[in-house]
Amino acid sequence: MSAATHLLGNIWYGLIGIILALYVVLDGFTLGVGMLSLFSPTDARRSVLMGTLGSVWDANETWLVLLGGALFGAFPAAYALLLHALYIPIALMLFGLVLRASSFEFREHARNKRLWNLLFALASFTVALAQGLALGTVLQGIPAHHDHFTGSILGWIAPFPIVVAAGVTAGYALLGSTYLVLRTDGIIQERARRASFGLALMTFLAAATVTIWTPFLYPAVAGKWFGVPTLYLIAPLPLLAVGAFWILVRALRQHREVTPFVATVTIFLASFAGLAVSLHPDIVPPTLTVSEAAASPLTLVFMLAGIGLLLPIMMVYNGYQYLVFRGKVTTGSGYPH
Amino acid sequence: MNTVMLSRFQFALTAMFHILWPVLTIGLSLFLVLNEALWIKTRDPDYYRHARFWAKLFILNFGIGVATGVPLEFEFGTNWAPFSRAMGNFFGNILGFEGAMAFMLEAGFLGIMLFGWRRVAPKIHLFATSMVALGASLSAFWIMVANSWMQSPAGGVMRDGRFIVTSYTRAIFNPYALWSVGHMWFACLETSLLVIGAISAYYIRRGEASSFFLKSLKLVIIAGLVVAPMQIFLGDGSGRVIFQYQPTKGAAIEGHWKTNPPGSAAAWALVAWPSAQKQKNLWAIKIPGVLSLLATHRLTGRVLGLRAFPRRDQPPALPLLFYAFRLMVAIGFYIFGLMLWSIWLWWRNKLRPESISQNRLWLGTWMSALPLGYLAVECGWIVREVGRQPWIVQGIMRTAQGASRLNPGVVVFSSIGYLILYAILFVTFVLFFRRIIHQGPDLTLVPPHLAPDTPLVGEPPREAQHPLDEP
Ligand code: HDD
Ligand code: HEM
Ligand code: HEM
Repeated sequence: MSAATHLLGNIWYGLIGIILALYVVLDGFTLGVGMLSLFSPTDARRSVLMGTLGSVWDANETWLVLLGGALFGAFPAAYALLLHALYIPIALMLFGLVLRASSFEFREHARNKRLWNLLFALASFTVALAQGLALGTVLQGIPAHHDHFTGSILGWIAPFPIVVAAGVTAGYALLGSTYLVLRTDGIIQERARRASFGLALMTFLAAATVTIWTPFLYPAVAGKWFGVPTLYLIAPLPLLAVGAFWILVRALRQHREVTPFVATVTIFLASFAGLAVSLHPDIVPPTLTVSEAAASPLTLVFMLAGIGLLLPIMMVYNGYQYLVFRGKVTTGSGYPH
Repeated sequence: MNTVMLSRFQFALTAMFHILWPVLTIGLSLFLVLNEALWIKTRDPDYYRHARFWAKLFILNFGIGVATGVPLEFEFGTNWAPFSRAMGNFFGNILGFEGAMAFMLEAGFLGIMLFGWRRVAPKIHLFATSMVALGASLSAFWIMVANSWMQSPAGGVMRDGRFIVTSYTRAIFNPYALWSVGHMWFACLETSLLVIGAISAYYIRRGEASSFFLKSLKLVIIAGLVVAPMQIFLGDGSGRVIFQYQPTKGAAIEGHWKTNPPGSAAAWALVAWPSAQKQKNLWAIKIPGVLSLLATHRLTGRVLGLRAFPRRDQPPALPLLFYAFRLMVAIGFYIFGLMLWSIWLWWRNKLRPESISQNRLWLGTWMSALPLGYLAVECGWIVREVGRQPWIVQGIMRTAQGASRLNPGVVVFSSIGYLILYAILFVTFVLFFRRIIHQGPDLTLVPPHLAPDTPLVGEPPREAQHPLDEP
């Protein structure tokens, strides 16, 4: 493995990590609001929830499309192996995404919005669960021989992926509820605030379970967690996450509006960074490493010019869109058009 | 059925369904830019109302385009894992570019374009709409580059079973790329012109808002006079590169079995029934000499016949290829004819709001042309993709080698899922499409003020109460 492949591969590992993190946070709150809309008592309130998403859901989902393309180009072997192994969770996720996008547009034109609201919520739920199952299956380990999948296509039906799926779903719902605290007011905000306590507890329990379970799945991960110097690199992350949980609960108690969302995002980023550091140098545990999966150096450089350099620009114009639509969404405003 | 056949079926289903939506996204977004620019330039509020009216159709269509595009991006990995592993260096890279340069741009400005009318100044709004249109067209560019490379791979070498790029210029600008990008992009324009024209004709024929919709119909006719002949020219070019780089596809779409000997010209079959079993046409009506001219632009140019290739290298479904191609070409000429008829009427000063609704034949012809662009697009893709068989990457990898080794039951599960979902989407789309058409445009809509110093005329005070609400 040449030094260039090694270096470029690791740069791309980082970039894909950034894209994935952006996707998880942005679509995480979108999916979360979608799931929470299931529990809204009236259609008017549901419309407010949708109103917080109208201008951004498409852009948020597009980070997943970018993720797919970037992974395909930078790590073709990982893209092929992962998607083959995760066929069913990915199919469920895609069905959910198709349904979510279309019910969001259709409800806009429908006179009776109930059906589409319901489908939107159920679709969001499916996507969150499927993504959780996919993550759990990957963390559990994808058996492969020479980059070819050798395991069972039903590998996701196991206790560990199911716990992870529960955690991801609760986490997305938490992102959604804290986002609603930020973007709404009155009774809707209050309900979201109250829901956040329970969701935070569920997310915390699931995250703790996964954290304790993972080293038992991989000796390599255990070696890192309990070895020097990697311990010093990893140890701050769980501490950060626990601290963020504490701040989250306190801010919710104090009726703060911005802090809960920021704290939740911090929890996500800390857990995410923890996973990325623990798994490295594997990109698909336990057999495929970053360097083995990497595309040729020329491709990686070319992609760096075409995608890496654009990444900050994408963040700027996406940020601009958020800026244009900042402010509270209130009852009666609904889905803007 | 085996897994390869099932995966081919699923890809065909999902791609053929997806392509129905982007064609209108690409064309209509440009039409929206045009109307917004005309409004800002002429200050005629009708152009603003046109922009708002067609934008309704745009959103409905766009949502389904996005919904059906995302599965495709992941299908390469789920169903075509060996292909993805081997070709990802180039193919995946290009899909990544599409996401970064096209989809993100489109999505990043979409919210402002749809909901930002009263939140940003008109010129910024025009900019946002332009970025959406640019993103849509760029996505066509990159996806066509990727697909063209599968038809005429270039710019690299196979090493250890993987395609390694040696020259990006040659891989991106592979022999097919520019012809195909052009032909596809014009297909989007042409299809959208037919949709806009047909809907405008429908309102005019019913005597509703005739002068309003005559504006859009006239824009369509002007554009169509350029687009329709260009499309024929680009189609001819696409055809000629086929005979150079994919002679089996070329011979298959023309029902051409025997290579013409040097010095003689190949005959062109106008209609025929090719039979793979007999390795000849069961019957045919032929025009002498024409095929050499069409395929090579030379009188006695050599055109390889299908029999020059072993059967395992010949494409399947020969009659389908033969007639899909003819239908597309026929539509291309028919649309050109429709544009000529329209400009002739205009030139004779027959396109006046008072009298136009009496020309029911002409308006009816426009209305019935609504699906023709879509039909031609589907036919063109059948020619392109079925004609490439048995290769997934021409001459380098066979389709059967590119398929994931999955349990057939799993592929049946996902295919049925898509079949059900897409049937629901299609029916629902038609229902809401009819509702939008039924509601018609809002001719009382008051445009936002263009310059900061213009007083707000009729600006609804609602905005202050509901920050996101818009009429
Ligand atoms: C409005 C749509 C439309 C119209 C009117 C036409 N085409 Fe077309 N054609 C397409 C839409 C299209 C397409 C869907 O966009 C395809 C499929 C792939 C591609 O590159 O373009 C295509 C493919 C395609 C191909 C196959 C390219 C390949 O397999 O690589 C050929 C040879 C032609 N066209 C030729 C023509 C000719 C000679 C036409 C008119 C006289 C014509 N097309 C009209
Ligand atoms: C959107 C318009 C498109 C349509 C309607 C379409 C249609 C089809 C059809 C009918 C098949 C099945 C052919 C067969 O197996 O006999 C197919 C296969 C395939 N197409 Fe396309 N296609 C489209 C665009 C694309 C693009 C843009 C790409 C690449 C970027 C692509 C890549 C493939 C691949 C990988 C297969 C599967 C392998 C194969 O059967 O050769 N397609 N497509
Ligand atoms: C000639 C064929 C194709 C063209 C011209 C085309 C063009 C487009 C356009 C303009 C959009 C924007 C949304 C919309 O149109 O409504 C879109 C959506 C999408 N297409 Fe296609 N497409 C083609 C085929 C494919 C194929 C084969 C793939 C597989 C990689 C694909 C992947 C996607 C994805 C992932 C989206 C959603 C993007 C988003 O989230 O904004 N497309 N396509």
